[in-house]
Formats: sequence, C-alpha cells, structure tokens
Amino acid sequence: MKKYLWPSIKLTLLLVIVLGGLYPLFLAAVAKLAPGKGDGITVTHNGRVVGYENIAQKFTDDKYFQPRPSTVDYNAAGSGGSNKSAGNPDYLKTVKDRIDTFMVHNPNVKKEDIPAELVTASASGLDPHLSPEAAYVQIPRVAKLRGIPADRLKQLVDANTKAPVLGVLGVATVNVLKLNIALDDLK
Amino acid sequence: MTTEILGVIATYGITLLLAWPLARYIVKIFRGDRTWSDFMAPVERLFFKISGINPHEEMNWKQHLKAMLTINLVWFVYAFFALMFQDKLPLNPDGNPGQSADLAFNTAISFVVNCNLQHYSGETGVTYFTQLFVLAFLQFVSAATGIAALVVVFKAMKEKTTTQLGNFWDIFLKTITRILLPISIVIALIFIFNGMPASFAGKDTVVTMQGDTVNVSRGPVAGFVAIKHLGTNGGGFFGANSAHPLENVNYITWMTEMVAQVVIPIAMVFALGMFIQRKKFAYVIFGIMTIGMICLLIPSMQQEMAGNPEIAKMGIHQATGAMEGKEVRFGPAATGYWSTVTTIISTGSVCGWHDSTMPLTGLMQLLGMMLNCFYGGCGVGILNYYIYIIIAVFISGLMVGRTPEFMGHKLEAREVKIAAVITLLSPFLILAGTALSSWVLSHHPDINWAVKPSAWLNNPGYHGFSEMLYEYTSANANNGSGFEGLGDGNIFWNVSTGFVLILGRFLPIIGPVAIAGLMASKKYVPESAGTLRTDSLTFGAMTFAVIVILTALAYFPALALGPIAEYFSL
Repeated sequence: MKKYLWPSIKLTLLLVIVLGGLYPLFLAAVAKLAPGKGDGITVTHNGRVVGYENIAQKFTDDKYFQPRPSTVDYNAAGSGGSNKSAGNPDYLKTVKDRIDTFMVHNPNVKKEDIPAELVTASASGLDPHLSPEAAYVQIPRVAKLRGIPADRLKQLVDANTKAPVLGVLGVATVNVLKLNIALDDLK
Repeated sequence: MTTEILGVIATYGITLLLAWPLARYIVKIFRGDRTWSDFMAPVERLFFKISGINPHEEMNWKQHLKAMLTINLVWFVYAFFALMFQDKLPLNPDGNPGQSADLAFNTAISFVVNCNLQHYSGETGVTYFTQLFVLAFLQFVSAATGIAALVVVFKAMKEKTTTQLGNFWDIFLKTITRILLPISIVIALIFIFNGMPASFAGKDTVVTMQGDTVNVSRGPVAGFVAIKHLGTNGGGFFGANSAHPLENVNYITWMTEMVAQVVIPIAMVFALGMFIQRKKFAYVIFGIMTIGMICLLIPSMQQEMAGNPEIAKMGIHQATGAMEGKEVRFGPAATGYWSTVTTIISTGSVCGWHDSTMPLTGLMQLLGMMLNCFYGGCGVGILNYYIYIIIAVFISGLMVGRTPEFMGHKLEAREVKIAAVITLLSPFLILAGTALSSWVLSHHPDINWAVKPSAWLNNPGYHGFSEMLYEYTSANANNGSGFEGLGDGNIFWNVSTGFVLILGRFLPIIGPVAIAGLMASKKYVPESAGTLRTDSLTFGAMTFAVIVILTALAYFPALALGPIAEYFSL
C-alpha cells in the first residue's frame, strides 16, 4: 500500500485542480455566451425582473392562472416534494382539501374535469408549468373576474403552449409565469 | 400520451446509436490504438511524471486492487475533512455551515463509492467549493475507478495465461482524460445553451409578480449535472435533484441526462465483446440485460400513467397520470422510465420522487437495485453480472457433470467460493440493516438523535417499512436514490449506511477482479466439443434464471412486507 500512497496523493491533487477547478471555470466562461449568461434565465416585466423563467411563483389572486401546489412555498432557496405515499391517509386528506378549495374558487368546473396535477404537489416544489388542460380548466374563473371572453383566453393559453419536442416527443407545457404576464398585457 | 411514449422510445434509441461508436472508441483506448484524443497524451505524461508513476509497469490483480484501494482511501480522507471545514474554505457565497462528523463521514464515503446518497440538501448542506472540488471531482474519479476495475477483468478474460493485467494508473487516468472529461464537456454545453446555470453567482433575491420576496439558489450546475449522469453518480446539485427546474430545464435536457447516464453502461457491454473478440457473448449479455430492463420498465410506466387509485376514487380525472412528486414537463411515462433506468444502473438521480410513486413501481425500483446488473453502474454493472455468470457456469457444470470452464480456464472451488460470498453479501447487508433499523424504531423510538426514530418515517404502514428497506438497498447497490421522506439526517443512518456503502462497493469490485485474476493465471484449456458454450442463448437463459431465482429467494419476504402488501392494500 505504502508504495502507492505518494503517487495517489499527487495524482489526486492534480485531478482536483483540473476536474474541480478548470472544468467548471471553462464552462462558466462559455456560459457567458448562453441565454441568461449562466446565471439562470430571468423574466422582465414593465422594466422590472419579476422572476426566473423556470421557477414557479405563487399567484394567490384568482385573476391569475395558478401553478401547482408547492411543498416549499415557491421559495427556491430550497426545493423538494411531499414524499407522501399513494395511500397515506393524511396525504389523501390534503388532496381532498385541495379539491374542495378548487371547487370553491371554480364553481363552474365539474369535479371529474379537475386535472390531478392541480391537486398534487410537484417534485421540486418549483414546477413552472401546467399541462394545457390544467390551464384550460382555470379559464372560466379568470374570464369572469377579468371580463375577458373565454375563447380569447383559450387563444392566449394556446399561444403560450410549448409543443412537445419536434411535435412528437414528450409533453406540451404552459409556462404559468409567462402566461400571466401575457394576461396582464392583454388589452 | 402517445408522444410521451414516443419520447421514451426515441431516448432509448438515441442511447443505442451512441453506445455503439462509443464502445469502439473505448476499446481503442484500452487496446492502446491511435485515436483522435491522442492530443491528451502529453498531459497524461506530465501527470504521471509529477506523480512519480510509471504507466508502463504491468500489474497483477493484487497490485491493481492495492493501488485502487489506496487512492480511494486518499479521496475519503480529503473529502471528509473538506466537508467538515467547508465553512472556513472559499467559494461559499450562501454562507452554508460545515457538516457534522457523521454527516461528513456519510457524504464522503457516499461520493467516493459512486453512490451519492445525500443526507443533506444541496442548497444548504454544501458550498460551491465542496460541490466542485470534492463532490464533482469524486463523481469523475469514482466512475473511473469502476471502469478501471472492469478493464482489468476484460484483460484477464482476453488472455490465455497471464498475470500481467496492465497498469491501474494508466487505465484510470485515460478513463478520465479520454472518456469522462471530453464527453462531460459536450453534455454540459448542451445544458448551458438550454439555460441551465453554470456561473459562480450565489443566491438571487427576486420580488415576484404579486410582490412576494423569494430567493433562487443557483451555482455552477451544468458541469456538475453532466458528470453526475455520465459517471452514473446521481448526486444532485439541488435538493430536488433532476426534478429541479434549474437542474433539468426541459425535455431536451431530460433526454440528454437520460442518454448520458446509460450510454457508458451499455457501451461497456459492447466493448466487452469487441475487446475479448467474442461479440456473440456480449450480444447475449446485452439481450438478457435488456429483457431484464423491460420486465421492470413496463409495469413502472403502466402504473404511473394509470394514476393513483385512491385519487381516482375521489372522482378526479388523472389524464396525466400519478402527478404527486412529478413535474409537468416530464410527465409520468418519462418519470417511470427514468425511475427504472436510474435504479438498474447505479445512478440514483431522480426526476420525480420515488417515495410518491405507486407501490408496484416502488417494487420495480427496489428490484432494479437488488439485481444491480442490468447494464449496471459505470464498470461495476458488468462486474456484478460477471458474478452471476460464474454461478451459472458452476451450476451448469454440475448439471452436465463436468469440471466447469469459463473462457478457457477451469473454474474451481476458490473462485466459486468468492462468487458465492459476493452473492450472499448483498442480501445480508440489506436485510440485516433493515432489521436493525426496524428494531431500533420499535424498541427505542425516543432516542435523542437529530431525528428521533419515532419521526423517521414519513408514511405509515407498509410504505414506512419500504422507506427503510429502500435506504439500505440503495446504499448497498451504491445507487443513491431514496424514498426521501425517510428522516435519514442523523447519526444512525449516516453511520449504518456508511458501512453498508463501503462493503457494498469494494467487495463486489474485489471479488470479480480476484476471480478473473486467478482464472487468468491458470493453464489455458482449449475449447472442445464438451465445453459449455457461454455465448449461447441457452446459457443466457440459464444466467437469467440464476439471477431471478437468487433474487427471489433472498428478497421475497422483505418485498412482501413492503411494496407488495402496500399494493394489495390500496
């Protein structure tokens, strides 16, 4: 073992410098050319940075489309999910409460039309997206409170829907923050 | 729904298309042929010169293991102290504290052994210094360790009779300079241009649309996530791992991370056939591994896409499947695929929480880690499969009544004993660990640890038991994923899984290297009509049967108490 100790220590030092130092420095330098300059992509509205494109934020006002439930209260200083199992009674009660709350705020929606993602917590607690269906289901509420015709809002959701990769791989998503900004900009 | 499944199929297809040329390249490197990456040769020579290493000195299997264990010990000591004193080191913009001794012990071992079980959250438990100079560094070198051990076995299988199995330092360093580093750079660039953070900027503070003030953790994420997957490590930069929208930005980064984590394990199977010039032998292995993966994959995807039956009872429409602990941009099919791949190979990164998956999906995840040989982690997957081959050769030999032979060498009592010990080790560590934690939980629920045993479990009943079973299974398989509801941030879990990690890593490397080294030093017996053909489909099926029977015998009772009982109770 002793024979290998010094070579091990020296090789470790060299590799720490290259893999721990030069590799990320090189990437940080290249990232200056990328969207967001390697600091994460922010979204600006009315001349003010209002958030990160890919980090969900809380919208409590019914006039806005609402993102999925978060177990970290949409604060990206941390991240995480509920880790509740499928049959956990406490968890099922939480889901049931979310359904009831949703029904109160969206009285015109039938229960079987509520997409599961709106009453279940995301994995990161920061999920910035909804499926188009989960945005559609909120249209009647937003339309009524804002006095905008529902089909105008549907167009808005569709315009803010990102199709699957190449149209065929993965899922379609709606970015809630961008949708709400577009909603505020609507005349 | 169709596009989700197409996405999964396309991702697997791309993996295969890339694995083939990668395998040819890997073989060239370890045969010493000329390749495009020879421009790295001067750097390697410089490293060897400074380190006082002669890369041409041939080593036998014992010398390989000694060199490997020595440098791993150096890494452990370095990582342990760096993590404990990270608050006094530079690059800590968020002012995170040093780790406690037991947490540093667990974290250091966990990253040295390529497991990345994380009993902390990336946002608060480590600094940029330790993320880069300790954890990302270990993600490179632990993957290279596994591959270097496998290449020794390749060489031993190829030669007729030899004790000269190449030089550990040479194989190890070339794995980094020729394979892991260049490919990681390419992957990281894909991430960066999809908007993944890569700078050293600390937490940002933002006032949101409705006026809340929130923080956003950032950092040098892209490079970390590249090697995290390429090296089948799996440790997340953020607490939410690859479910975090800055660690897995969109479906393209999802596909990239997915391909990255399984491309080397598959390429190593192809490389095996090319290196020892027995391609059919490797194809049969690849076929068996793929069948094994599909057996675990189909139930997982089906269960996740079908949704949670308890939520269905409430009258909710689950068009997008079981969404608790999942992200919209990936969806249940992709998350199901990821959960299977990340558990059969030893990555352990997640893009949705395993704790919240359906009971049968949890069963498949546990089985994936218990088997740990369908493709498997960087290098070590084939080493695990090799042990099963040895057992299968031995049993087949008994069945036909001849001295078993493998690759032209007689398989004798010593080798079979080693294989048997390694086979029994995994169930011993997993089941003894789970039994111990269950005993502590039920007899000493109020011990004053950082998390009291009575507060360990995040879910009641069968699933709570599964959380403990999963933790030891993950530690033994060097996987690193978890049923993360488990309150594992305390001395009991840090220390007990720490020892499972060490034993579950090094013995399954030492065993196959020793067997291969011992076999290669024996007299070469040319194949004859009576030789068992190990490249036949029959032998492949035999190996598969051995794997299934051994796993079922060892784990069925524990699985019946956990996920199977949970499934029938929903």
